[in-house]
Amino acid sequence: MNWSEFFHMGGYAFHVWSCWALSTACLLFIVAFAKFRNARIKRDIARQIQREERHQNNS
Amino acid sequence: MNPVSIIWKFLVTVYHRLGSPREFYQIAQYTTPIFGLLSLVLFVCGAYLGLFQAPADYQQGDSFRIIYVHVPAAWLSLFVYMVMATAAAIGIIWRMKMAFVVAICSAPLGAVFTALALITGSIWGKPIWGTWWTWDARLTSELILLFLYFGVMATYHAFEERKTAEKAMAMLAIIGVVIVPIIHYSVEWWSSLHQGATIFAEGGPRMPADMLTPLILMILSFMFFYGYALFLSAQNKVLLNERKSQWVKAAISAAEK
Repeated sequence: MNWSEFFHMGGYAFHVWSCWALSTACLLFIVAFAKFRNARIKRDIARQIQREERHQNNS
Repeated sequence: MNPVSIIWKFLVTVYHRLGSPREFYQIAQYTTPIFGLLSLVLFVCGAYLGLFQAPADYQQGDSFRIIYVHVPAAWLSLFVYMVMATAAAIGIIWRMKMAFVVAICSAPLGAVFTALALITGSIWGKPIWGTWWTWDARLTSELILLFLYFGVMATYHAFEERKTAEKAMAMLAIIGVVIVPIIHYSVEWWSSLHQGATIFAEGGPRMPADMLTPLILMILSFMFFYGYALFLSAQNKVLLNERKSQWVKAAISAAEK
C-alpha cells in the first residue's frame, strides 16, 4: 500500500478524514480552552492578591 | 484486619480526600498528566492500528474506519451522562461540594462527545445509508441527549446563587438519566437504520480481532481523555469557587514566585 492509496481511503477520503480531523480538533480544543482558562483564572487571582496587599499597605 | 476492611478504609479515605476541594486540587496536580499521557498513547496506538492495520470492511470498504471515532464518541456521550447523573445524586444526598463540580464540569464535555457522535454519524450515514439525517429512534434520542446537556448547562447558569444553581442543575441531570437506556435499547425496541450492538452483542463481539482491538483502544483513549479534561476543568472550577479562601491565595502566591 502506498501513501496516495492510503489517503484516498478507497474513495471515502472526505468521509473518513473529515471525521478523524473533526474529532481530533474537538479534543485539542477542549484541552486548549481549559489551559487558557486556567492561566486567566490564576492571573486574575494573583491581581486580586496584589490589590489587597496594596490596600493593606495604604491603610 | 482483613483485606476487605483495609480496602473499604482505603476507599473511604479516597472519598473524603477527593471530597475536599483543597485535597482534590492537590491530588489533581499529579493525576491530570497521567490521564492525559495514557489517553495520548492509547490514541496513537488505536489510530495506527485502525487506519493502517485493520482490513477494509467487505461491505463498507474503508468508510467503516469512521467507527474508530464515532463509537468512542457515542459511548462517551452516554458514559459522561451516567457519571454526571451519579455525581449529581451524590451531591444532593450527601451534600458533597466536589460532586457538584464533577457534574457541572462534565456537562460541556458530554455535549461535545454527543455532538461529535451525531456529526460523525451523519458523515458516515451519507455514503452508506444515502442520507445525512433521518428521524429514527437512535438518532432522535441522541439529539435529545444533546439538548439535555445544554439544559443542564443553561439551568446552572440561570441562577445567581451557587447552591441553588447546583441543586437545580443536579435535579435536571438526575431526571434526564431515563434517556440513557432509551438510547441504548433504541435499536432493539424500534426498527432503525442504525445497526445493532457490535461489541456487547449476544454471543460475543461481532467483529474480528484486528478490527476490534483498535476500537477498544480508541474507546479507552476517549475515556482517559474524559478523565483528563474533567480534572483540568474541575481544577479551574475549584479555583473559581474557592478564590477567596486562604489556601488558593497561598497556592497562587507560591506559584508566582
